[in-house]
Amino acid sequence: MRKLLMAAALAMGLCAAATTEARTVRWAASGDPNTMDPHSQNVGTVTMVLQQIYDPLIARDQELGLAPGLATRWEQVEPTRWRFWLRDGVKFHEGQPFTAADVVFSITRAQQPTSNFAIYVDTIDRAVQVEPLVVDVITRVADPILPNKIASLLIMSQSWSEQHNATRPQNTRAREEMYTTRNTNGTGAYRLTVREPDVRTVMVRSNDWWGWREPASRDANITEIIYRPIASDATRVAALLSGEVDFVLDPPLQDLNRLRAAPNIKVTEGPEVRTIFLAMDVHRDELLYSDVRGRNPLKDIRVRRALYQAIDIQAIHRTTMRGQSVVTGTFFPPQVNGYVQEEDVRLPYDQARARALLAEAGYPNGFEITLDCPNNRYINDEQICQAVVAMWARVGVRARLNSMPLAPFFAKIQRDDTSIYLLGWGVPTLDALYSFQSLLRSRDGGQGNGIWNYGRYSNARMDELIEVMTNQSGAPRQEAIREALRIYREDVPHIPLHHQMIPWAMRSNFTIPHMANNQPYFRWARLN
Amino acid sequence: MFAFIVNRILQAIPVMLTVALISFAMFAYVGDPVAIMLGQDFTEAQRAALVRDLGLDQPFWVQFAEFVANAVQGQFGLSYRLSRPVAELIAERAPATLELAFCAATLALLIGVPMGVYTGLYRNSWLSRFFLTFSLIGVSLPTFLIGILLILCFAVWLGWLPSFGRGDTVQLGWWSTGFLTWSGIKALILPSITLGLFQLTLIMRLVRAEMLEVLRTDYIKFARARGLPNRAVHFGHALKNTLVPVITIVGLQLGAIIAFAIVTETVFQWPGMGLLFIQSVGVADIPVMSAYLMLIALVFVTINLIVDLLYYAVDPRLRIGRGKGGH
Repeated sequence: MRKLLMAAALAMGLCAAATTEARTVRWAASGDPNTMDPHSQNVGTVTMVLQQIYDPLIARDQELGLAPGLATRWEQVEPTRWRFWLRDGVKFHEGQPFTAADVVFSITRAQQPTSNFAIYVDTIDRAVQVEPLVVDVITRVADPILPNKIASLLIMSQSWSEQHNATRPQNTRAREEMYTTRNTNGTGAYRLTVREPDVRTVMVRSNDWWGWREPASRDANITEIIYRPIASDATRVAALLSGEVDFVLDPPLQDLNRLRAAPNIKVTEGPEVRTIFLAMDVHRDELLYSDVRGRNPLKDIRVRRALYQAIDIQAIHRTTMRGQSVVTGTFFPPQVNGYVQEEDVRLPYDQARARALLAEAGYPNGFEITLDCPNNRYINDEQICQAVVAMWARVGVRARLNSMPLAPFFAKIQRDDTSIYLLGWGVPTLDALYSFQSLLRSRDGGQGNGIWNYGRYSNARMDELIEVMTNQSGAPRQEAIREALRIYREDVPHIPLHHQMIPWAMRSNFTIPHMANNQPYFRWARLN
Repeated sequence: MFAFIVNRILQAIPVMLTVALISFAMFAYVGDPVAIMLGQDFTEAQRAALVRDLGLDQPFWVQFAEFVANAVQGQFGLSYRLSRPVAELIAERAPATLELAFCAATLALLIGVPMGVYTGLYRNSWLSRFFLTFSLIGVSLPTFLIGILLILCFAVWLGWLPSFGRGDTVQLGWWSTGFLTWSGIKALILPSITLGLFQLTLIMRLVRAEMLEVLRTDYIKFARARGLPNRAVHFGHALKNTLVPVITIVGLQLGAIIAFAIVTETVFQWPGMGLLFIQSVGVADIPVMSAYLMLIALVFVTINLIVDLLYYAVDPRLRIGRGKGGH
């Protein structure tokens, strides 16, 4: 018996030695997360840290498909009722057992007005506990894509949040810091140990995480993650080259060739779920920023087509983007549910046709217009606008470029104070509805309808189709998406440009799956 | 003396108020913090509620008065970006900036003054010519370029020094210091040189010009005639007489070092107040920006006061003049 115990102890010791061999990955990107609260800020820089620490009910696999997370299975038991069966034996990092009450609490928390995550819970009426490990989510209308949205919602511990007075995601009125701004308590693969805003964030492997047993994590060996923001492009690259960091999430495009040539450095590339396009004021009777008086040229489809066909997208792809883009004729990429290959076709680049269309529409000498453009939001955003301005000039449209940092840019377009602007659109739900609803639906005051439709495009048929996408599932829904994409192609509410490609740079001994949502998952990473 | 200080402090109040007003007025144009805080998805009602919460629906003068009233009590509110008290954020970052500024200023003084004296005394030696040529680099190259060149040389090629950050710091109460760890000291070297180089060359050129001026005066001739050793003449008589303008410039430059460490801090990802400011500008974090500008104004006002007081210490003529007036 004693021998057996000793053997067991020895074996355990060996196991421990094998799994706890320290592998620290030092990771850098330009921005630091603003908060550690999982329901406060819906931005990539926050999510990239928090998704290491917290789990959602439904996780994403390496192809961004849905995979079991804290829920092991889920089913639409009634049109307005989704049932989730929860994983047994999961504990939060501070020891609280995970139960249905935490799920109900987290969903309610994300529904608070101070949450930035309302879009993921917009159809939810309430969540109810059926059994300790079974939760029903009741929606106001039938919501076929609820699992896609729930996959973005991280689960917190109810008792921990209540104990720290953090049952609401954020409170700007209170003049004090929330506990959750700098503290976490998740169920995820890593646990937060140091949080110094703008300096460093350290996470260590949580050996209790349920997912280490999954096949995708079998070769993973990262025991510690040190994240440090480095805002300056040149310094970030220098830190990678000098070996001070192992992984850079956002290497600057102009340095990619140099990084590829450097020994011990590799660059991985993949398409991002983010589409760059130009949107136009198609609502006003006279444009705010144009020399055309008494009418709005952009209301004329011939003018929209002319502006579209004047753009030599291949030149932008080749020169401005240095090959790092996927040219498109639609406004979300193939990873998004609902994408239709046949509708992803551009109007051909044809300057003569563009000039002819302009003449036909009554602008043989073109017209003047101001293009609003951010200069620090998307990859090479300002350069893209410069190229577009030059291309329009060749067909007689004299565009003035008004480029500015993201803060004033977004403030301006959100006041509808624009005639034509460049926007990049990501799709966190990975479902077409999100894009259609926010960008193309008429702004009728309904939650989420047309909130990013600053050109105020409005098309009755489009609104009907979006309604179908919201309520129905299966073939009728897909048919609605297809028809809506056809309208997008023919009615030209936007001038689509390309999907962004995202390069990641890292030391050669580091491997991590490249994800189209631009999120690193260290649970699948390996450092040799 | 006391009356003098009180007088100067009273003069500082309108200066501070003006800075507050200008910075506050400027912020109306940096963008809409609400748009950034709300993110990609929101409703009109959420937007209106947030505007109300932040007090942005109030008229400009009401907002300004509230800001000043709070600022007097040291309350700058919550940072929009980090949801943390601004005073706490600044207190957290101040040690990094002050240590960096201290190192840069020390470097500039300890190297700049002797170099200035040397080039003043031995105008035609090859070493003086070398110093002067070298100082042109310091004056003409922009800070960020010097920083990047130093990183390229010492971090990427040679691998001797870190390219970013503060290294390991030690917490002494609320003050975090990089002086007590080897990695902290190593991390200080490149940013200090980057930040101090311009001041170094400026001090050197200033001391040199002043030395040349003073050495021509009768005072020095008499000192030499008295048979004083060279060392006493150069340092006791000549250098001391050059110090009044040097102190003025050094003082103002110290303010500039603290205020304009922004570029150096950005290049080296130095977690100080300058970097905090730049990050706040990017997202229109008005409370942090206004607090920072107020603080910088305060630093300049204080340094000016100290510079004035230092004149007394180095220039006996001022002391005598004031002394008579006082009695």
